[in-house]
Amino acid sequence: MNEWLLIAAMTVLTFTPRYLPFGLAGKVKIPPILERALTFVPIAVLTSIITQSSLIREGELALNLANHHLIAVLAAFVTALISRRLFLIVAAGLVAFLMAKCLL
Amino acid sequence: MSTKAKSSLFLQGAVDSSPLILAAIPFGLIFGALAITTGLSAWATLSMSLFVFAGASQFIAVSLLASATALPVILLTVFVVNLRHMLYSASLMPQVENLPQKFRIPMAFWLTDETFAVVSNQLARKADSSGLHWYFLGSALAMYTVWATCTVIGIVLGQQIPDIASWGLDVAMIVGFIGIVVPNLKLRADWACAATAMFSTLMTYNWPNQTGLLFSSFLAISVAVILESRFQTVVEQNHE
Repeated sequence: MNEWLLIAAMTVLTFTPRYLPFGLAGKVKIPPILERALTFVPIAVLTSIITQSSLIREGELALNLANHHLIAVLAAFVTALISRRLFLIVAAGLVAFLMAKCLL
Repeated sequence: MSTKAKSSLFLQGAVDSSPLILAAIPFGLIFGALAITTGLSAWATLSMSLFVFAGASQFIAVSLLASATALPVILLTVFVVNLRHMLYSASLMPQVENLPQKFRIPMAFWLTDETFAVVSNQLARKADSSGLHWYFLGSALAMYTVWATCTVIGIVLGQQIPDIASWGLDVAMIVGFIGIVVPNLKLRADWACAATAMFSTLMTYNWPNQTGLLFSSFLAISVAVILESRFQTVVEQNHE
Protein backbone atom coordinates (compact mmCIF):
# COMPACT_ATOMS: atom_id res chain seq x y z
CA MET A 1 0.00 0.00 0.00
CA ASN A 2 1.17 3.50 -0.74
CA GLU A 3 1.84 5.08 2.65
CA TRP A 4 1.68 8.60 1.22
CA LEU A 5 -1.80 8.00 -0.16
CA LEU A 6 -2.82 6.82 3.31
CA ILE A 7 -1.41 9.94 4.96
CA ALA A 8 -3.01 12.32 2.44
CA ALA A 9 -6.42 10.69 2.85
CA MET A 10 -6.10 10.64 6.64
CA THR A 11 -5.19 14.32 6.64
CA VAL A 12 -8.39 15.18 4.77
CA LEU A 13 -10.56 12.86 6.89
CA THR A 14 -9.15 14.27 10.11
CA PHE A 15 -9.28 17.94 9.18
CA THR A 16 -12.83 17.90 7.77
CA PRO A 17 -14.77 16.99 10.95
CA ARG A 18 -12.54 19.33 12.98
CA TYR A 19 -13.15 22.22 10.63
CA LEU A 20 -16.79 21.85 9.56
CA PRO A 21 -18.47 23.33 12.67
CA PHE A 22 -15.76 26.02 13.00
CA GLY A 23 -16.27 26.99 9.36
CA LEU A 24 -20.04 27.23 9.79
CA ALA A 25 -19.93 29.16 13.08
CA GLY A 26 -21.76 32.46 12.73
CA LYS A 27 -23.38 31.38 9.47
CA VAL A 28 -25.80 28.91 11.02
CA LYS A 29 -27.62 29.50 14.28
CA ILE A 30 -27.55 26.53 16.62
CA PRO A 31 -30.75 26.06 18.63
CA PRO A 32 -30.38 26.76 22.40
CA ILE A 33 -31.11 23.13 23.34
CA LEU A 34 -28.23 21.96 21.14
CA GLU A 35 -26.00 24.63 22.63
CA ARG A 36 -26.81 23.31 26.12
CA ALA A 37 -26.18 19.77 24.93
CA LEU A 38 -22.76 20.68 23.57
CA THR A 39 -21.60 21.96 26.96
CA PHE A 40 -21.70 18.32 28.12
CA VAL A 41 -19.35 17.17 25.34
CA PRO A 42 -16.12 17.27 27.40
CA ILE A 43 -17.55 15.21 30.27
CA ALA A 44 -19.29 12.71 27.99
CA VAL A 45 -16.48 12.05 25.50
CA LEU A 46 -13.56 12.17 27.93
CA THR A 47 -15.33 9.87 30.42
CA SER A 48 -15.98 7.44 27.61
CA ILE A 49 -12.32 7.54 26.56
CA ILE A 50 -11.20 7.05 30.19
CA THR A 51 -13.53 4.08 30.64
CA GLN A 52 -12.54 2.50 27.38
CA SER A 53 -8.83 2.70 28.07
CA SER A 54 -8.84 1.76 31.76
CA LEU A 55 -11.67 -0.66 32.54
CA ILE A 56 -11.24 -2.54 29.29
CA ARG A 57 -7.87 -4.17 28.68
CA GLU A 58 -7.07 -6.12 25.52
CA GLY A 59 -10.70 -6.20 24.48
CA GLU A 60 -11.98 -7.62 27.77
CA LEU A 61 -13.65 -6.07 30.79
CA ALA A 62 -10.96 -6.06 33.51
CA LEU A 63 -12.33 -5.12 36.93
CA ASN A 64 -9.50 -6.57 39.03
CA LEU A 65 -6.26 -5.59 40.76
CA ALA A 66 -4.17 -7.05 37.96
CA ASN A 67 -5.42 -4.16 35.86
CA HIS A 68 -2.87 -1.50 36.82
CA HIS A 69 -4.59 1.09 34.67
CA LEU A 70 -7.68 0.72 36.85
CA ILE A 71 -5.62 1.31 40.02
CA ALA A 72 -4.06 4.43 38.49
CA VAL A 73 -7.47 5.75 37.48
CA LEU A 74 -8.93 5.16 40.96
CA ALA A 75 -5.99 6.96 42.61
CA ALA A 76 -6.35 9.89 40.21
CA PHE A 77 -10.11 9.99 40.79
CA VAL A 78 -9.78 10.14 44.59
CA THR A 79 -7.09 12.83 44.30
CA ALA A 80 -9.29 14.84 41.94
CA LEU A 81 -12.10 14.82 44.50
CA ILE A 82 -9.74 16.48 46.99
CA SER A 83 -7.69 18.78 44.75
CA ARG A 84 -8.26 20.53 41.43
CA ARG A 85 -4.54 20.61 40.62
CA LEU A 86 -3.94 18.75 37.38
CA PHE A 87 -0.25 18.05 38.10
CA LEU A 88 -1.13 16.50 41.45
CA ILE A 89 -3.85 14.33 39.94
CA VAL A 90 -1.58 13.08 37.15
CA ALA A 91 1.26 12.46 39.62
CA ALA A 92 -1.00 10.48 41.96
CA GLY A 93 -2.18 8.33 39.06
CA LEU A 94 1.35 7.64 37.85
CA VAL A 95 2.70 6.84 41.33
CA ALA A 96 -0.18 4.42 41.90
CA PHE A 97 0.50 2.84 38.50
CA LEU A 98 4.18 2.33 39.22
CA MET A 99 3.49 0.99 42.72
CA ALA A 100 0.93 -1.44 41.33
CA LYS A 101 3.38 -2.58 38.67
CA CYS A 102 6.17 -3.17 41.20
CA LEU A 103 4.17 -4.53 44.16
CA LEU A 104 1.22 -6.44 42.73
CA MET B 1 -6.49 43.59 22.68
CA SER B 2 -2.85 44.54 23.19
CA THR B 3 0.01 42.39 21.93
CA LYS B 4 1.06 41.91 25.52
CA ALA B 5 -2.35 40.59 26.54
CA LYS B 6 -2.39 38.28 23.51
CA SER B 7 1.02 36.81 24.22
CA SER B 8 0.19 36.39 27.88
CA LEU B 9 -2.95 34.42 26.95
CA PHE B 10 -0.91 32.40 24.42
CA LEU B 11 1.64 31.55 27.10
CA GLN B 12 -1.08 30.80 29.64
CA GLY B 13 -2.64 28.33 27.22
CA ALA B 14 0.67 26.53 26.84
CA VAL B 15 1.33 26.52 30.61
CA ASP B 16 -2.16 25.29 31.50
CA SER B 17 -1.76 22.47 28.98
CA SER B 18 1.61 21.34 30.31
CA PRO B 19 0.31 18.54 32.56
CA LEU B 20 -1.65 17.05 29.66
CA ILE B 21 1.20 17.61 27.24
CA LEU B 22 3.64 15.86 29.57
CA ALA B 23 1.12 13.06 29.84
CA ALA B 24 0.98 12.85 26.03
CA ILE B 25 4.76 12.38 25.72
CA PRO B 26 4.65 8.60 26.25
CA PHE B 27 1.87 8.42 23.65
CA GLY B 28 4.03 10.19 21.07
CA LEU B 29 6.99 7.95 21.87
CA ILE B 30 4.90 4.81 21.58
CA PHE B 31 3.37 5.99 18.32
CA GLY B 32 6.78 6.56 16.74
CA ALA B 33 8.06 3.22 17.99
CA LEU B 34 4.95 1.31 16.96
CA ALA B 35 4.78 2.84 13.50
CA ILE B 36 8.39 2.06 12.70
CA THR B 37 8.10 -1.53 13.95
CA THR B 38 5.01 -2.13 11.81
CA GLY B 39 6.96 -1.11 8.72
CA LEU B 40 5.96 2.49 8.09
CA SER B 41 8.99 4.47 6.88
CA ALA B 42 10.53 7.04 9.23
CA TRP B 43 9.45 9.94 7.00
CA ALA B 44 5.90 8.67 6.69
CA THR B 45 5.71 8.23 10.46
CA LEU B 46 6.84 11.79 11.09
CA SER B 47 4.59 13.12 8.32
CA MET B 48 1.60 11.45 9.91
CA SER B 49 2.27 13.31 13.15
CA LEU B 50 2.82 16.57 11.28
CA PHE B 51 -0.14 16.43 8.88
CA VAL B 52 -2.75 14.22 10.53
CA PHE B 53 -1.92 15.24 14.12
CA ALA B 54 -4.52 13.06 15.82
CA GLY B 55 -3.19 10.52 18.31
CA ALA B 56 -6.08 8.07 18.30
CA SER B 57 -6.36 8.02 14.50
CA GLN B 58 -2.63 7.58 14.07
CA PHE B 59 -2.57 4.61 16.46
CA ILE B 60 -5.53 2.99 14.79
CA ALA B 61 -4.10 3.47 11.32
CA VAL B 62 -0.79 1.93 12.35
CA SER B 63 -2.33 -1.04 14.13
CA LEU B 64 -4.67 -1.71 11.20
CA LEU B 65 -1.70 -1.45 8.83
CA ALA B 66 0.04 -4.08 10.94
CA SER B 67 -2.86 -6.46 10.42
CA ALA B 68 -2.83 -5.74 6.66
CA THR B 69 -6.26 -4.09 6.63
CA ALA B 70 -7.49 -2.67 3.31
CA LEU B 71 -7.11 1.09 2.80
CA PRO B 72 -10.88 1.89 2.64
CA VAL B 73 -11.46 0.12 5.98
CA ILE B 74 -8.61 2.03 7.64
CA LEU B 75 -9.95 5.32 6.31
CA LEU B 76 -13.51 4.62 7.40
CA THR B 77 -12.30 3.72 10.89
CA VAL B 78 -10.20 6.88 11.09
CA PHE B 79 -13.18 8.96 10.02
CA VAL B 80 -15.50 7.44 12.63
CA VAL B 81 -12.90 7.89 15.36
CA ASN B 82 -12.52 11.52 14.33
CA LEU B 83 -16.22 12.29 14.61
CA ARG B 84 -15.71 13.20 18.27
CA HIS B 85 -13.63 16.16 17.07
CA MET B 86 -16.74 17.39 15.31
CA LEU B 87 -18.48 17.48 18.68
CA TYR B 88 -15.54 19.42 20.14
CA SER B 89 -15.57 21.85 17.26
CA ALA B 90 -19.35 22.31 17.49
CA SER B 91 -19.17 23.01 21.21
CA LEU B 92 -16.67 25.84 20.58
CA MET B 93 -18.74 27.40 17.75
CA PRO B 94 -19.89 30.39 19.84
CA GLN B 95 -16.25 31.18 20.67
CA VAL B 96 -15.08 31.25 17.04
CA GLU B 97 -18.05 32.88 15.30
CA ASN B 98 -16.44 36.32 15.25
CA LEU B 99 -13.01 35.09 14.21
CA PRO B 100 -11.67 35.30 10.65
CA GLN B 101 -10.91 32.07 8.74
CA LYS B 102 -7.17 32.61 9.18
CA PHE B 103 -7.73 31.68 12.84
CA ARG B 104 -10.42 29.06 12.38
CA ILE B 105 -8.35 26.93 9.96
CA PRO B 106 -5.26 26.48 12.18
CA MET B 107 -7.47 26.08 15.24
CA ALA B 108 -9.38 23.28 13.50
CA PHE B 109 -6.16 21.64 12.33
CA TRP B 110 -4.75 21.67 15.88
CA LEU B 111 -7.95 20.61 17.67
CA THR B 112 -7.05 17.64 19.87
CA ASP B 113 -8.50 15.97 22.94
CA GLU B 114 -5.86 17.73 25.04
CA THR B 115 -6.33 21.26 23.73
CA PHE B 116 -10.10 20.90 23.79
CA ALA B 117 -9.97 19.66 27.38
CA VAL B 118 -7.82 22.57 28.53
CA VAL B 119 -9.76 25.21 26.58
CA SER B 120 -13.16 24.02 27.77
CA ASN B 121 -11.79 23.89 31.30
CA GLN B 122 -10.72 27.53 30.94
CA LEU B 123 -14.17 28.41 29.57
CA ALA B 124 -15.84 26.74 32.55
CA ARG B 125 -13.66 28.72 34.98
CA LYS B 126 -13.72 32.16 33.33
CA ALA B 127 -16.76 34.17 32.33
CA ASP B 128 -14.72 36.40 30.01
CA SER B 129 -13.73 34.44 26.91
CA SER B 130 -12.22 37.29 24.88
CA GLY B 131 -8.90 36.37 23.32
CA LEU B 132 -9.65 32.69 23.90
CA HIS B 133 -8.21 31.89 20.47
CA TRP B 134 -4.77 33.01 21.64
CA TYR B 135 -5.10 30.73 24.64
CA PHE B 136 -6.20 27.93 22.28
CA LEU B 137 -3.28 28.50 19.90
CA GLY B 138 -0.78 28.54 22.77
CA SER B 139 -2.04 25.19 23.98
CA ALA B 140 -2.18 23.76 20.46
CA LEU B 141 1.25 24.87 19.32
CA ALA B 142 2.88 23.51 22.47
CA MET B 143 1.07 20.21 21.93
CA TYR B 144 2.05 20.10 18.25
CA THR B 145 5.73 20.75 18.92
CA VAL B 146 5.92 18.12 21.65
CA TRP B 147 3.98 15.58 19.58
CA ALA B 148 6.30 15.94 16.59
CA THR B 149 9.42 15.81 18.77
CA CYS B 150 8.20 12.71 20.61
CA THR B 151 7.40 11.00 17.34
CA VAL B 152 11.00 11.47 16.24
CA ILE B 153 12.34 10.17 19.56
CA GLY B 154 9.90 7.27 19.31
CA ILE B 155 11.16 6.39 15.82
CA VAL B 156 14.70 6.18 17.21
CA LEU B 157 13.62 4.28 20.34
CA GLY B 158 11.50 1.87 18.31
CA GLN B 159 14.61 0.74 16.52
CA GLN B 160 16.39 0.15 19.88
CA ILE B 161 13.58 -1.11 22.18
CA PRO B 162 10.88 -2.77 20.06
CA ASP B 163 8.63 -3.76 23.02
CA ILE B 164 8.29 -0.22 24.47
CA ALA B 165 4.66 -0.13 23.28
CA SER B 166 3.71 -2.81 25.82
CA TRP B 167 4.94 -0.89 28.89
CA GLY B 168 1.53 0.66 29.56
CA LEU B 169 2.83 4.24 29.38
CA ASP B 170 -0.48 5.37 27.89
CA VAL B 171 -1.81 5.50 31.46
CA ALA B 172 -0.43 9.04 31.81
CA MET B 173 -2.91 10.41 29.30
CA ILE B 174 -5.84 8.67 30.94
CA VAL B 175 -5.15 10.10 34.40
CA GLY B 176 -4.68 13.49 32.72
CA PHE B 177 -8.23 13.30 31.41
CA ILE B 178 -9.45 12.35 34.91
CA GLY B 179 -7.86 15.58 36.11
CA ILE B 180 -9.91 17.54 33.60
CA VAL B 181 -13.24 15.77 34.00
CA VAL B 182 -13.60 15.23 37.75
CA PRO B 183 -13.06 18.82 38.97
CA ASN B 184 -15.69 19.92 36.43
CA LEU B 185 -18.38 17.60 37.80
CA LYS B 186 -20.49 20.18 39.62
CA LEU B 187 -24.17 19.79 38.78
CA ARG B 188 -26.20 16.63 39.25
CA ALA B 189 -26.55 16.55 35.47
CA ASP B 190 -22.74 16.49 35.15
CA TRP B 191 -22.45 13.43 37.37
CA ALA B 192 -25.30 11.74 35.52
CA CYS B 193 -23.54 12.50 32.24
CA ALA B 194 -20.27 10.92 33.43
CA ALA B 195 -22.00 7.90 34.95
CA THR B 196 -24.03 7.28 31.79
CA ALA B 197 -20.95 7.62 29.61
CA MET B 198 -19.13 5.10 31.78
CA PHE B 199 -21.86 2.46 31.95
CA SER B 200 -22.76 2.81 28.30
CA THR B 201 -19.10 2.45 27.28
CA LEU B 202 -18.90 -0.75 29.34
CA MET B 203 -21.98 -2.08 27.56
CA THR B 204 -20.78 -1.21 24.08
CA TYR B 205 -17.00 -1.76 24.19
CA ASN B 206 -17.16 -4.62 21.70
CA TRP B 207 -18.89 -2.57 19.02
CA PRO B 208 -16.66 -2.11 15.97
CA ASN B 209 -14.56 0.96 15.14
CA GLN B 210 -15.19 2.83 18.38
CA THR B 211 -18.83 3.32 17.49
CA GLY B 212 -19.51 2.50 21.15
CA LEU B 213 -17.64 5.65 22.16
CA LEU B 214 -19.78 7.81 19.90
CA PHE B 215 -23.02 6.13 20.93
CA SER B 216 -22.14 6.46 24.63
CA SER B 217 -21.25 10.12 24.25
CA PHE B 218 -24.56 10.92 22.56
CA LEU B 219 -26.50 8.92 25.15
CA ALA B 220 -24.70 10.61 28.07
CA ILE B 221 -25.29 14.07 26.61
CA SER B 222 -29.00 13.33 26.08
CA VAL B 223 -29.41 12.08 29.65
CA ALA B 224 -27.66 15.17 31.00
CA VAL B 225 -29.81 17.57 28.97
CA ILE B 226 -33.05 15.85 30.03
CA LEU B 227 -32.04 15.81 33.70
CA GLU B 228 -30.91 19.42 33.59
CA SER B 229 -34.22 20.65 32.15
CA ARG B 230 -36.16 18.55 34.70
CA PHE B 231 -34.14 20.04 37.52
CA GLN B 232 -34.67 23.56 36.25
CA THR B 233 -38.44 23.03 36.03
CA VAL B 234 -38.48 21.90 39.68
CA VAL B 235 -36.54 25.00 40.75
CA GLU B 236 -38.90 27.26 38.82
CA GLN B 237 -41.98 25.59 40.35
CA ASN B 238 -40.61 25.99 43.87
CA HIS B 239 -40.01 29.63 43.07
CA GLU B 240 -43.65 30.37 42.23
